[in-house]
Amino acid sequence: MNNKTINHAAWIFVLPVVALVAFNAIIPLMTVVNYSVQETFGDNTFFWAGVIWFEEVLHSSRFHDALLRQLAFTFTILAIEVPLGVAIALAMPRKGAWVSVCLVTMALPLLIPWNVVGAMWNIFALPDIGLLGRGLNALGFDYNFTRQPGDAWFTLILMDVWHWTSLVVLLAYAGLVSIPDAYYQAAKIDGAGSFAIFRFIQLPKLKRVLTIAVLLRFMDSFMIYTEPFVLTGGGPGNSTTLLSIDLVKIALGQFDLGPAAAMSLIYFLIILLLSWVFYTLMMRSEAQ
Amino acid sequence: MTLELKDVSLRFGADTHIYPTSLTLDPGSFNILLGTTLAGKTTLMKLMAGLEKPTRGEVWFSGRNVTGVSVRSRNVSMVYQQFINYPNLTVYENIASPLRVARIAEAEIRKKVESLAELLKLSPMLERRPGELSGGQQQRTALARALAKDSDLVLLDEPLANLDFKLREELRDELPRLFADRDCIVVYATTEPTEALLFGGNTACLHEGRIAQFGPTGEIYRAPKDLVSAQVFSDPPINTVTVTKRGGEFRLADMAAWAAIGEFANIADGDYTLGVRPHHVSPLARGENPVGIDGKVLVAELSGSESIIHFTMHGATWVSQSHGIHPFEVGSQAKLYADMSRAMLFDKNGTRVAA
Repeated sequence: MNNKTINHAAWIFVLPVVALVAFNAIIPLMTVVNYSVQETFGDNTFFWAGVIWFEEVLHSSRFHDALLRQLAFTFTILAIEVPLGVAIALAMPRKGAWVSVCLVTMALPLLIPWNVVGAMWNIFALPDIGLLGRGLNALGFDYNFTRQPGDAWFTLILMDVWHWTSLVVLLAYAGLVSIPDAYYQAAKIDGAGSFAIFRFIQLPKLKRVLTIAVLLRFMDSFMIYTEPFVLTGGGPGNSTTLLSIDLVKIALGQFDLGPAAAMSLIYFLIILLLSWVFYTLMMRSEAQ
Repeated sequence: MTLELKDVSLRFGADTHIYPTSLTLDPGSFNILLGTTLAGKTTLMKLMAGLEKPTRGEVWFSGRNVTGVSVRSRNVSMVYQQFINYPNLTVYENIASPLRVARIAEAEIRKKVESLAELLKLSPMLERRPGELSGGQQQRTALARALAKDSDLVLLDEPLANLDFKLREELRDELPRLFADRDCIVVYATTEPTEALLFGGNTACLHEGRIAQFGPTGEIYRAPKDLVSAQVFSDPPINTVTVTKRGGEFRLADMAAWAAIGEFANIADGDYTLGVRPHHVSPLARGENPVGIDGKVLVAELSGSESIIHFTMHGATWVSQSHGIHPFEVGSQAKLYADMSRAMLFDKNGTRVAA
């Protein structure tokens, strides 16, 4: 017994969204899928290639190295930015005139275009003219991010921490402000110290926003391109060539469309998989 | 174990939150802070607890000056309107938390938590987290946490306000029982006069940062010292209008006149503010000295066996609350009777006269 009337006119209202999503997601993605299973020659002639590009990418040490660098980069910045962000948010004032000053200062790095951030840090860190580069050398460190891989990594991570910790700070701050005053009073009345307040009130209450912060920072840092490209260009050598930089080199430098497309899909699936794992783990720990 | 506030006041910049207030609360007493929202109930409680330091004045406890002593080193517990528990600890751990801070032996903690859980009907929920409980159970957990501590001063800040009606009645019945055999001082803040009457004990009527009157609850209800106390302690609000006494007679403009008898016989001639509680105004002539008043019906609510009628009369809005079903048409003219033998008179300063 199904007496539901089906209104076919409703499809018309869904159509614009379908068209939009098709244009900005489905069609480009399918084009990539198309490239990934074919060998492409000039003047757009295609030959079926099956899964050879996927095999090639998955077995190439170049891809493995880039992936490892990417993972190292992402987990390093997460390990720094999340605790640092929470610590700064805890230290920020809750009321008074300083609140807006702090918030605006915190938001500033987020407002700067990404390539400008890269260029800024490039100049800032140059060992001959940059404040940071010259300063470090004057202090006796042998610092040159254009020649030494370790220095390049140090600069890259410092830049990302500078650029993106603010996001974690703002999210954590919003979470902290939403905790009713009564919680703090209740803890005080119980005789709880500031560590106990953090451990048993603030941290549990921040769980949700921190989940979002970690996810956002994970996805963004995994896809990072502009800033390292402008800062180091992937160098010295290949030492800071992250996945996205490598991908662009293959696709637009060497014009290997097949391997590039296969790599894009693998890249996409890795992000999807890791995001899902992250989200599931954090949601499960919350449910417990 | 007496709590004394001596001329305590609290100011933030130019804002006065609490005007100089003196109050003495005895051990084992149940005290109610009655007042509307923003009257200063929570602030006064914070001053009592030591969460807020008074701008002037002193707080004494058991004959010791505790002004400025941190709340951590006082033996106080507090329950809030919101259900405040540690979100990631189980109910058991929540109740045990003040005991753990006090470094009490594990076996004793277990015994205490279990007996409190029994008392507050939380025994089956001990392993759950607050997020998995109903509002009533969360508030019971908060109450159990407050009781676990054996505090000298228990502050309950509108603890039932966020509960639904049935749970509120249930917990309201249990509350006095919980404190019956303890000699701690209980302070209970509420906006509802009915709640104060149900609990009995002592009541402090709070209005705009001042205690208008403090004393046994029933006494304050029957004999408020001034108009403010009468207003705070009346829901629906007390009806007021200006009347004139001349000779042996009161006059309400040219609408009504009645003989000044009983307690009103001997007061001086002049203008007074008349106050009549809504349940002394009825569509029927009841009581010892009913006086008919003509008005225009604004709202007529029938709730079960009660009629609540709002009407305008001589520029004022009055409310009548009476038993029985009395249908009135909104907008119609009606005659209602105020029992003047139960009325109160206040002079120009708001002080109650006669009695």
